[in-house]
Amino acid sequence: MKKGASLYLDGITVTFDGFRALNNLSLIVEPGELRAVIGPNGAGKTTMMDVITGKTKPDSGTARFGDHDLTRLDETRIANLGIGRKFQKPTMFDALTVFENLELALKAPRGTLAALHWRLSGEARERIDEVLTEIGLTERAKDRAGILSHGQRQWLEIGMLLMQDPELLLVDEPVAGMTDQETEHTAALLRRIAGKRSVVVVEHDLEFVRALGRKVTVLHEGSVLSEGPIEQVQEDPRVIDVYLGR
Amino acid sequence: MPGISSLRFNLRLLLVALIFVLLLLPPLLNALPAGHPLRVSDFVVAVTGKWICYAILALSIDLAWGYAGILSLGHGAFFALGGYAMGMHLMRNIGDRGVYGHPILPDFMVFLGYKELPWYWLGFEYFPFAMLMALLVPGALAGLVGWLAFRSRITGVYLSIITQAMTYALMLAFFRNDMGFGGNNGFTDFKDLLGVPLNTPSARTGLYLAAFGALLITLLISAHVVQSKFGRLLIAIRDAESRVRFLGYDVTAFKLFVFVLSAMMAGLAGALYVPLVGIINPGEFSPGNSIEAVVWVAFGGRGTLIGAILGAFSVNALKTWLTSFAPDLWLLVLGALFIVVTLFLPRGLIGLIKRRGA
Amino acid sequence: MKRLILTLLLVLGLAPICFAQNEFNATALRLGGSFGEQAEAVEKLGLSGDPRALPLLQALADGKLARMPDGALRIGDADALTGAPADATGASPVRINNRVRAALRSALGRLQIVSPDPAERLRAADGILRSRSAQDLPLLDAALARETVPRIRERLVLAQGAARLASDDEAMKRAGIESLGASGSEAARTVLLEARTGNAGLAEAIDAAVARIDRQLAFRRAGELLFQGLSLGSVLLLAALGLAVTFGVMGVINMAHGEFVMLGAYTTFLVQEALRGTFLAPWALPLAVPAAFLVTAVLGAALERGLIRHLYGRPLETLLMTFGVGMMLQQAVRLIFGAQNREVSSPAWMQGTLMLPGEISVTQNRLWIIVFGIAVLLLVMAAIRFTRFGLEMRAVVQNRRIAATMGIRTGRVDALTFAFGSGIAGMAGVALSQIDNVSPNLGTGYIVDSFMVVVFGGVGSLAGTLIGALTLGVFNKLLEPYTGVVLAKVAVLVGIMLFIQRRPKGLFALKGRAADQ
Ligand SMILES: Nc1ncnc2c1ncn2[C@@H]1O[C@H](COP(=O)(O)OP(=O)(O)OP(=O)(O)O)[C@@H](O)[C@H]1O
Ligand SMILES: [Mg+2]
Repeated sequence: MKKGASLYLDGITVTFDGFRALNNLSLIVEPGELRAVIGPNGAGKTTMMDVITGKTKPDSGTARFGDHDLTRLDETRIANLGIGRKFQKPTMFDALTVFENLELALKAPRGTLAALHWRLSGEARERIDEVLTEIGLTERAKDRAGILSHGQRQWLEIGMLLMQDPELLLVDEPVAGMTDQETEHTAALLRRIAGKRSVVVVEHDLEFVRALGRKVTVLHEGSVLSEGPIEQVQEDPRVIDVYLGR
Repeated sequence: MPGISSLRFNLRLLLVALIFVLLLLPPLLNALPAGHPLRVSDFVVAVTGKWICYAILALSIDLAWGYAGILSLGHGAFFALGGYAMGMHLMRNIGDRGVYGHPILPDFMVFLGYKELPWYWLGFEYFPFAMLMALLVPGALAGLVGWLAFRSRITGVYLSIITQAMTYALMLAFFRNDMGFGGNNGFTDFKDLLGVPLNTPSARTGLYLAAFGALLITLLISAHVVQSKFGRLLIAIRDAESRVRFLGYDVTAFKLFVFVLSAMMAGLAGALYVPLVGIINPGEFSPGNSIEAVVWVAFGGRGTLIGAILGAFSVNALKTWLTSFAPDLWLLVLGALFIVVTLFLPRGLIGLIKRRGA
Repeated sequence: MKRLILTLLLVLGLAPICFAQNEFNATALRLGGSFGEQAEAVEKLGLSGDPRALPLLQALADGKLARMPDGALRIGDADALTGAPADATGASPVRINNRVRAALRSALGRLQIVSPDPAERLRAADGILRSRSAQDLPLLDAALARETVPRIRERLVLAQGAARLASDDEAMKRAGIESLGASGSEAARTVLLEARTGNAGLAEAIDAAVARIDRQLAFRRAGELLFQGLSLGSVLLLAALGLAVTFGVMGVINMAHGEFVMLGAYTTFLVQEALRGTFLAPWALPLAVPAAFLVTAVLGAALERGLIRHLYGRPLETLLMTFGVGMMLQQAVRLIFGAQNREVSSPAWMQGTLMLPGEISVTQNRLWIIVFGIAVLLLVMAAIRFTRFGLEMRAVVQNRRIAATMGIRTGRVDALTFAFGSGIAGMAGVALSQIDNVSPNLGTGYIVDSFMVVVFGGVGSLAGTLIGALTLGVFNKLLEPYTGVVLAKVAVLVGIMLFIQRRPKGLFALKGRAADQ
């Protein structure tokens, strides 16, 4: 895996039964960049992540990560390229404990035999404890993930993303269900991660986006409407029209 | 769904120990002199031995269904294929003692006018080869069907239906005379295994102990699998398959691994079963058999391993008892069991015991 | 009456081609002459194909022909030639010898070809075909010119072809090969191959004609296979339609579906028994359709409300539970009705076979099942598209919560939908009672196939179910001649597995979020 691959989307179109969820979408995320993506409901933000992670195959367009053509790879291969994802609706393994969820996410050989012979090393345990502290779930490590609250589930999934240690993090609405304090914490966390890693955050919460303080991309009806620093985007009359002005 | 870690370990170990100790009793008590008040009949040994094979089958289903969420309605086919492999060996062992006295060809082949042994019968005169085939053939079939199904992400009831279609198709095929597997009569009238005549007490005890050992070993293997990270991944796949993919695991490979392993266990169970009951025929492929075995697992409590074993014994005990005086009622009761288990006992007997214990 | 008209037609149509009136009379009168004259006249009349000769020759053979002193002939009190009443006093019976008798036998055999009785004509045509003599050609030409029954015409053409081949004239032979080749029958093929040995010079033409027949035969066989395939397809369609509703629309997997089909067949049996001896007896089958629908629909509603509804969102448990229900239903029926097959008879209008053009024979009841299958399909489509219930059903399927907030009683809709699907299964049972054994395990044979149809066609699509059923039916029947019944089934199963590799969601895949769940 090469360090510092960039994400490159060009002319991506996705249709569902004739409905264009993404329409000629183009986006470039440089290595180490932290990018916020906003847009009204149904703008295609989640669909864009689906395309990047191989869940949805685009009808046309190119999607590359470094030298890899993402449209030809399946979810597993893409994840192994170093693209990690947190879902809009937090999804994890409810029957397993918080600790076990993190353990599965931990970066380690992914093969079947490796899984059979896996022993939790001291190093791995330390790493998990570290993340548990970061996401504030140390106390809940032995609880089943299924009984966590929505906010805690958000944190756990962020934790799983951290365990994966990906090069590119796709984070879909991470702060829904979080307190203001937690929201700030998340923003700080993402800012810290960026630089070493690329991060794409989808969020409706403008306070949060402002707190990130980086470049913003506005999606509307499946294509990029505007791009730039938050202050500039907020001035853009088209953006005000379709999104902020409502 | 209880993860394995949430079931109290002590309780499980205790149950396992209890079951295995109890299972040692029939052959021991059978060895007592005739007329002794504690002596159990040959029948009890034979029937319990049969149940042990069923327990192995149940264990294999639990591994696939209880952990990985693969509800196979075709495990009876893997069981039967294992049985046929062993049956072929037993047929070859008959040698010239058949009705027609042909030195090589089994009776049914002489009857059907075969001139020589079909190529796929070659090698089955050797016991190790037959045992190997009893594992490999079900494993290969599971590998093929699983590969086709898993890679195109056929899951849930679709997979169940496809596996059911598989065993149904095999049943139709094995009913045909020209398959070279004895048509609807299958194989029977076996004489001996490894030089021991099958109708002797020592053979019976030997087969019983072999099944007992196989159950122990398959339980240990299964336990190792489910308690490793592999097992936790299976549970993860069961509950949120696509999420596992986004973590970078090759879900197809994991499912295939467990499905093949499970099919091989079922094949082993079938191979042990055939010399115990002395017959194998295409009826073993009937879809009803597979789904009945699934209910043993559901009744005992899936996703717990020990529950599968418990379920196999208890349902079959009920069956043996009930069919002895009201055979007509059995299917009604079994049908009702399906309903009761799914509606009221989603965690099976183990769930009940656990609730009591808690 | 019919016969009379036919005779009339024959006589009329014949007028121009009969040999001239005078010639006929002259020849006929010679029947009263010397044995030599008689034999000659018999032969000539026999080859004439003139229907008037038939009663004459018959009378001669029966010793009923009499001769007046003036040479006129009488049969009883009528003139033998005109049939008009005439004085017969002084008539003496015409006597015949063995030679005449032999000539008569062959002439009568030939002349049957103009008999008013189609069965006799057919027999005569067969006789002429066997003799393969060019002498018969005028007779055959004459008979062909007026024959209207297709089956007999075919035989005549065959005989004509054979007779032409037997002639010495090369052009005539070629004409025979041509007409045989065009007839496209198995028998013509045999005749041609037989003639091949004696006609080395014509081998090429004969081979070409045989090849032509083979093409026609292959075409016909394909037609028959296609029909059988469509017939099987319509059976699959019937069995799968109910499933397309319960599984396809509701997502509920009902393993007792096959037992509902079986119950429909038993309802048919009960209706038949109840109506036995009444004036309604011939209508038992049509009346069984609504009865079976009602019985299974009520059972279906009870099953949904009582059990299935508690397992929504847990498909695997639903599968197991409904399997148990099916098992109990099957055993209950076995205990009540016994394990042996029950007899459900077909009404007269469904029996027999029908000949389609090109000798493609189809059995009536199969044809009716195809019609019935299409009717049920249309009914289901109409119910879903045009009724209030269909609208509510679609609403609930698309978004249960929103449907509920709009005042739709979703529970009721679930029960009705399931009842509807089960009722269709019952109707399928009525049809199956006509072609399968009515026994407790009637349904088991269809359940796997039905699921295959639904999965193959695409879950949730009725059009897919139709196409899926027909495709599977036809494929099965096309494979059977090569692989046998069992392997054809296996091959189709494997084919579906491979097909799903390419299109995991079936032929008519639903797209969108609903399909993801
Ligand atoms: N699998 C699918 N099938 C059909 N339509 C889909 C599918 N996935 C997305 N869509 C449609 O595509 C459009 C974009 O959806 P998407 O989830 O990407 O929007 P979003 O920007 O993430 O919205 P939100 O802010 O609400 O999360 C929506 O109109 C949605 O209904
Ligand atoms: Mg979204």
